[in-house]
Amino acid sequence: MDALLTVLAVPLAGALALTLCGQRALAPLINIAFCAVGLVAALALAVKVNAHGAQFAYNQQFYVDALNVFLVTLTTFVGLTTAIFSRPYVRHEHAIGKLTPRRMVLYHSMYQLFIFTMLLALMTNNLGILWVAMEAATLATALLVSVYRTAASLEAAWKYFILCGVGVAQALLGTVLLYMAAERVVGVEGGALLWTNLNHVKTALDPNIVTLAFVFLLLGYGTKIGLVPVHNWLPDAHAEGPTPISAVLSGLLLNVALYAVLRCKVLIDGSLGTQLAGHLMIGFGLTSVLVAAFLLSRQRDVKRMFSYSSIEHMGLMTFAFGLGSPLACFAGLLHMTVHSLVKSSIFFVVGHATQATGTQLMADIRGLRRINPTLGWGLMLGALAIVGMPPFGVFAAEFLLLTTTMRELPWAAPLLLVALAVAFAAIFTRVQAMVFGDPSRDVVARPPAVAPLFIHMGLALLLGLYIPDYLAAWFREAARIVGH
Amino acid sequence: MDALGTQVINLCAAVLLMVTFVMISQRRIVSLIHLYTLQGMTLVAATLVVALVSHQPHLYGSAAITALLKVLLIPFLLHRVIDRLNVRWDVETLINIPTMMIIGIVLVVFAFNLTMPITGLSASIARGTLGIALACVLLSFMMMITRAKAVPQVIGFLSMENGLFFAATAATYGMPMVVELGIALDVLVGILILGVFMFQIRSQFDSLDIRHLEKLKDE
Repeated sequence: MDALLTVLAVPLAGALALTLCGQRALAPLINIAFCAVGLVAALALAVKVNAHGAQFAYNQQFYVDALNVFLVTLTTFVGLTTAIFSRPYVRHEHAIGKLTPRRMVLYHSMYQLFIFTMLLALMTNNLGILWVAMEAATLATALLVSVYRTAASLEAAWKYFILCGVGVAQALLGTVLLYMAAERVVGVEGGALLWTNLNHVKTALDPNIVTLAFVFLLLGYGTKIGLVPVHNWLPDAHAEGPTPISAVLSGLLLNVALYAVLRCKVLIDGSLGTQLAGHLMIGFGLTSVLVAAFLLSRQRDVKRMFSYSSIEHMGLMTFAFGLGSPLACFAGLLHMTVHSLVKSSIFFVVGHATQATGTQLMADIRGLRRINPTLGWGLMLGALAIVGMPPFGVFAAEFLLLTTTMRELPWAAPLLLVALAVAFAAIFTRVQAMVFGDPSRDVVARPPAVAPLFIHMGLALLLGLYIPDYLAAWFREAARIVGH
Repeated sequence: MDALGTQVINLCAAVLLMVTFVMISQRRIVSLIHLYTLQGMTLVAATLVVALVSHQPHLYGSAAITALLKVLLIPFLLHRVIDRLNVRWDVETLINIPTMMIIGIVLVVFAFNLTMPITGLSASIARGTLGIALACVLLSFMMMITRAKAVPQVIGFLSMENGLFFAATAATYGMPMVVELGIALDVLVGILILGVFMFQIRSQFDSLDIRHLEKLKDE
């Protein structure tokens, strides 16, 4: 299991190296290099798992199957492209004095540590370690959100820390209860927190304990997913932190939290033999989609608007996995992928645009097409992709979800359609005003990092037009693990 | 031995619940830290008794970690922070303590009702106390909501973590060692980061009042 070890060790070594390397100008490049090595290792791991099936490592403490290796690959990939985008971004922040050299060191080492905690959460087989890794991810990102040390970023980081800390504490209570249920079946010595062991005995777990456990787990990890009504931290943390961090928060961390819920849902479904977990997720998902869509239209800050769009999309995915049929889960997994790609690429463009205009207020951002055609059209395409226009992948995922909903839960389909329409109208009108028109203020145009943007949009386009057989088989296998 | 052990654990649980109630109504920051230390000591005692009765060797380890972290290290750090911030003798105005007490009692009843169906299923001798553990978590949660100053809010957070730890001892024989070490590390790092934040909030706003942190709102 060398690939697995490498995937975990690379970001950890990266964090150490970047701390030691200190204030050298090379740090962003080193950051990119470590992410690239991590991606190669993750790809090797993915190929291996797809060829030979699920695997254990280190006395069953780590476990990789089609589901988590897919997220590991996505995490390392977006980690790399965001690192590439981050390089010109922090150079500019440094030039205008928003980031001192010492904070750049903190920024880069925490970036790697954050990637490490997400990979640990994804690959551990131990539900307790999963919790520890999620909490560690909160700690790392709280430091990243507050890196500017402004009043607003401090407020966002404090809120983020306290709200997510309280939320994730509920998940710990859920984990304790799950352990209690498992101990009765597996025994104290039997590794009662290992997901694979629990999965073997899931039909024997006590339904009463497991139901209570899932409520706490869903509320706890749901805070991290950004489900309404426990979403309050999310827009603040996205808007006040550095934009590369908004990209990885939206694109990756929310997925990892959803993954934690999915792993628990599998156990609960097996124990109860009913749709209770699914129904809870459908309820939370639908509420999030509706509330986020309407709140989205009231935003004035561009990063806040797109963070509400993230809540909306996470709601759609939670809803899809709540339905639980193979097709719905397939749609959910596809949605996870394309949302990560498109949303992070939007944040790349938004990052450059806010640096060029010096503001995050949408009313003050005008004429991006004139300032820099790549930025203008990039934002336009990204917005079209995220609101679910064909031929991008989000359309494919949403279309699949809607058709499945009409068959399995017909009353929810109109609600979803209304929410999607509201979000479409809000995002499209705002983005149109930002892209066209004349620049209204002095701009500091710098060459943007276009490679990550084009790669992400290209992949999202590809996934909308054609899903390769290899990937489709991979998604089906992952959907089989989470579905019923 | 078992019967005596159960009695002692129930006593510890009762002390824990009482301390949490006192915390809710405590105005003085330095007294809050003393109460938190007392809570930690109660936890250590409870864990030791469970370890003695159940002969689970890893529980001694977990009691040792708790003693080190929650009785020594974290209170020490908190004392240092309030000294450096010069808020040792600060008094917070709390409104409606009687109302909060009544809500607290309702929360305790709620917690007992919630855990009623499952307490009988636990293998631990401390199973009767699961309701108290959940009650402590809920009470600490209420404390976090009602406090307007940074330090009491953090102590509420820590007290909640204590409640969770007690739940783990009550529902099972504690979490596996590697998980417990991980949780301890998270809590410790979390406290350090919150400490840093407190200094930054203070230098930004000239006060530790959380009410300053309400600028970010949806338009």
